[in-house]
Amino acid sequence: MTVTSPQRALKRARSIKGRETWAGVAMIAPAGILLILFLVIPVLLAFGLSFTNARLISPNPPRFVGADNFVRAFIADPTFAQSALNTLLFAIVVVPVQAGLGLLLAVLVNRRMRGVTAFRVIFFIPVVTSIVVVSILWKFMYQKDGLINSFIDQITFGAWEGIDWLNNPTTALPAIIVLSIWQAVGFHMIIWLSGLQTIPEELYEAARMDGASPWRQFTNVTWPGLRPTMVFVLVTITIAALGLFVQIDVMTQGGPVNSTSTIVFHAVRKGYEQQEIGYAAAISLIFFVAVLIIALIQRRITRDKD
Amino acid sequence: MTDTYAQTVVSTGRRGSKPARPASDRRQRRTSRVFLYLAMSVFAVIFMFPLVFMFVSSLKPDAQILQDVDSIAAFIPTGDISLDNYFGVFDRVPVAQFLFNSVLVTVLTVGLGLVVNSMAGFALARLEWKGKLVVLALIIATLIVPFETIAVPMVYWVSQLPTLVIEGGMLKYDFGWLNTYEVQIVPFIANAFSIFLFTQYFSTIPKSLDEAARIDGASWFTIYRRIVVPLSGPAFATVAILTFLPAWNQYLWPLMVVQKEELRPVMVGMQYFFQLNTAWGEVMAYTSLITLPVLIVFLVFQRAFVSSIAASGVKG
Repeated sequence: MTVTSPQRALKRARSIKGRETWAGVAMIAPAGILLILFLVIPVLLAFGLSFTNARLISPNPPRFVGADNFVRAFIADPTFAQSALNTLLFAIVVVPVQAGLGLLLAVLVNRRMRGVTAFRVIFFIPVVTSIVVVSILWKFMYQKDGLINSFIDQITFGAWEGIDWLNNPTTALPAIIVLSIWQAVGFHMIIWLSGLQTIPEELYEAARMDGASPWRQFTNVTWPGLRPTMVFVLVTITIAALGLFVQIDVMTQGGPVNSTSTIVFHAVRKGYEQQEIGYAAAISLIFFVAVLIIALIQRRITRDKD
Repeated sequence: MTDTYAQTVVSTGRRGSKPARPASDRRQRRTSRVFLYLAMSVFAVIFMFPLVFMFVSSLKPDAQILQDVDSIAAFIPTGDISLDNYFGVFDRVPVAQFLFNSVLVTVLTVGLGLVVNSMAGFALARLEWKGKLVVLALIIATLIVPFETIAVPMVYWVSQLPTLVIEGGMLKYDFGWLNTYEVQIVPFIANAFSIFLFTQYFSTIPKSLDEAARIDGASWFTIYRRIVVPLSGPAFATVAILTFLPAWNQYLWPLMVVQKEELRPVMVGMQYFFQLNTAWGEVMAYTSLITLPVLIVFLVFQRAFVSSIAASGVKG
């Protein structure tokens, strides 16, 4: 056995450390470079372009225009205001209803009963169905002589007039809300379910022994135990709801008379179809800041209640 | 609403039960059980009817679809049943090409994503290096950027990226990723959420395994490949499932960056059915065709699907 001097041991330790650093950097590099290229740079680009008049395909280089795009969005573009309002309306309805319905379904299927797995699978099937397919399917069902009207007609014994759901400015957005909830609620059922299953059974036993009513067991054991899950569910639904795009693109193209136009749809319409990348980047940036603020507020509120 | 389900949870004795229950209690349990099945069945109908309608309609001629809407026949394959709509779909669009494109894009996005993101997770969970915590924080911060917000600027960005093309047997240097396979794949390989899931899972594997292997002279890459990867099946399954669905369902992005018909994925192929008069029978056949593969994958792996979605939520 050789005796190594302290210096040499230190040197050796350093070189091992160095090799570990090298290995770490090398292994994170592929993902890191890709994230920089396709996430960090686009975000910075969105920021930069939003102050220019850049066009998607243009012989002229982008020119700096200051805050013009933002001024335009807030003052000179009524469609943007309408789109923002529609997006907000959509989120305000979808977030609580989808979260609540998801919880109801989770409680329903959270038990050992014959066939309960089959029901879970059935409730989840719309989630694995593409939103493009779902939108087309519902567009067909929402037609004037479609399945939805015919069903309402049957249960009201022919008293129903029939509505052209998607071509009516008052019913188009609600119609899209319904199918959006239908499509994604199974996803949140599973999240709630995993939350329910983390609550230890002993807590329920203790509560029962204390003579707690079913309602009190829910409010005092189940609900507090679900708090972390609730934060996750609310934040994910909110972000998804604010990003509403595919349903609009497939079903209504923002119509009738912009009653279903959303922020993302508007940004795509401006930036891609009308090639005004600079303006679209400004809209995207406003959207991003709004998402960020709403998510932060939500986290704060749901935390403070504890 | 809240109190009805609170009561049903407990009145059915969800988990365990008191030893001896009086007969009245048992009767009550039976009624609430019937009620539960009824409630679940109603929901099952709500979640199933559009898809049943889709599959059934895909087998009927257009006139009959519209006629059957007025009765329960909309959900029953009766009358003039045939595969004509499916043949019509193959005549109208290059379905095989679209399916091939989607499978290629999905397999490569998911496959390369598993390699790239798990390596990153390994570096973050099991190696000590300068700046690691900063990198980890940055990766988690990127989770809050919704893709929709960068989609449009990114079209501009990828249209400027350099690329290599083969032109007349020569390898040439060119600009612009539009209308390629790589533009549908490369931007979606690295995924902050996948990295996060891998990092979490890898940190649960005992570090002593690494130390033993290091003493035996194994390189870090060998430890990753021979020790950590084989022990992390569930993490790989979760990430594969969570990245599979969005890759197959891509719509907004290919809509903007791929105009060449022969490179488009299945979801964008939908557009070809909405010109002039919509032939709904063919539309239903096409949507059935592109839904079935995913549905089959889901039904085969439903247990894994459900547990990976659950895993994604546990972090809270």
